[in-house]
Amino acid sequence: MKARTLGRHFRESFKSLGRNSWMTFASASAVTVTLLLVGVFVMIMMNLNKVADDLEKDVEIKVLLELTADDAAAAQLEKEIKEVDGVATVVYSTKEAELEDLIKDFGATMGLSDQNNPLRAAYYVKAENPQETEKVAQRINRLKNTYSVEYGEGKIEKLFSFLNVARNIGLGLILALLFTAMFLISNTIRITIVARRREIEIMKLVGATNWFVRIPFVLEGMWIGILGAIMPITLVTLLYYNLYEMVQPYLKGELFNLLPLTPFLYQVNGLILMMGIFIGVWGSFMSVRKFLRV
Amino acid sequence: MISMKNVYKKYPNGIVAANGINVEIKQGEFVYVVGPSGAGKSTFIKMMYREERPTSGDIVVNGINLAKLKSKKVPYLRRQIGVVFQDFKLLPRLNVFENVAFALEVIEESPKVIRKRVMEVLDLVGLKHKARMFPTELSGGEQQRVSIARSIVNIPKVMIADEPTGNLDPETSWDIMNLFEEINRRGTTIIMATHNKEIVNTIKHRVIAVEGGLVVRDEVGGDYGYES
Repeated sequence: MKARTLGRHFRESFKSLGRNSWMTFASASAVTVTLLLVGVFVMIMMNLNKVADDLEKDVEIKVLLELTADDAAAAQLEKEIKEVDGVATVVYSTKEAELEDLIKDFGATMGLSDQNNPLRAAYYVKAENPQETEKVAQRINRLKNTYSVEYGEGKIEKLFSFLNVARNIGLGLILALLFTAMFLISNTIRITIVARRREIEIMKLVGATNWFVRIPFVLEGMWIGILGAIMPITLVTLLYYNLYEMVQPYLKGELFNLLPLTPFLYQVNGLILMMGIFIGVWGSFMSVRKFLRV
Repeated sequence: MISMKNVYKKYPNGIVAANGINVEIKQGEFVYVVGPSGAGKSTFIKMMYREERPTSGDIVVNGINLAKLKSKKVPYLRRQIGVVFQDFKLLPRLNVFENVAFALEVIEESPKVIRKRVMEVLDLVGLKHKARMFPTELSGGEQQRVSIARSIVNIPKVMIADEPTGNLDPETSWDIMNLFEEINRRGTTIIMATHNKEIVNTIKHRVIAVEGGLVVRDEVGGDYGYES
């Protein structure tokens, strides 16, 4: 194909958008509605996922040392913990520091003091994969000089299984929504093309090849996809920007947080745009196909 | 130029529209195809530009055997044949100029050549001044002239017309026939299916009569031969 023919296809696709303005409007609106739904949904799901990740990351194993363990034994244990499979970080906390934490949490009212510190020194261990915390904890428990290993047994399993279910439901919903969107939009585009079935037939009778007929339609579908993506991108950006500005101050210092504006907005908007283009192109391609056999 | 050998065509619904047709048409001939409705006239015509494929037999146009032609190659065949239809088949969203230019755009002709050729043929059919109008703004006769312009714009050796005057009033029909005569004088073979008794009996050419999927009469300078 010559470059000027490609240029002709581009011009033709624009011309067609204008001359079928109502059909363009109808198809682009269908794209807009569905992309908006998908966009908002993806926005919510990705943030829920982020919150879940944050919560997961906060899960840690507290390894209490034997009272008999001296500094050398503590250092040895630290080395051993670091060698355990799946351990990401190890932080040491002396028994004095432990007491300070306790006093901070409960206040000085309990009459705790440095003089008679009943606490043990501890290691705070984080697993590489939070979902494997339990296994890692069990491995650490086998080491010498550990008095006890705590990781919120029972509670974190529940949290993890809840988060997993939430993620899967979210993913399933997004997929279902995408599928519906594709179906809806390709149907709308099909209606616009059925209306032009005669045109396709005529083009073929005058000697146009299949690609010659198809390319302008496919390009038109692409423009419709892009047009339909403009509104959702604007709305999602405004919505998330405002939401982020509003909620963010309250979440400072909390265990979890929303996804920062960049790169999140670029990702979501990029996704919306790509989906718009894909749906438009795919919808036109599939709809023209039927009428090319003349 | 065009030759049909033992052409047989049976539609999926069981109707046999061609039952062993043998025809030879030479370069530069003007041929009327006549016959009652449902006799296989349209199928006869449609098989020549491969809108219909024969069930068996050979059809050779311009040296290409249509019975063996792959679907992918059909567009290239159609570029060598100008086709004129009863219902004009103009692209409603393109104006007159663009409709005619389309036949040249598909062969990726340069814009300069397209402009020149399109204006030439529009001049020939007398519609140069309406180049920017849309088909719906034209009369039936004018639309048919646009479609004729489109069919001859890339100078095909054969022109096939399926009842080109079927939707036109008698006076306009004569105008169209004059155009066909002119195109034929320039060396283009014309095959025209028609129901128009007066035209066939006045402008004498070879007449092929089709009935029941068979060529029942084939005479140069013959009459229409049916009561209209």
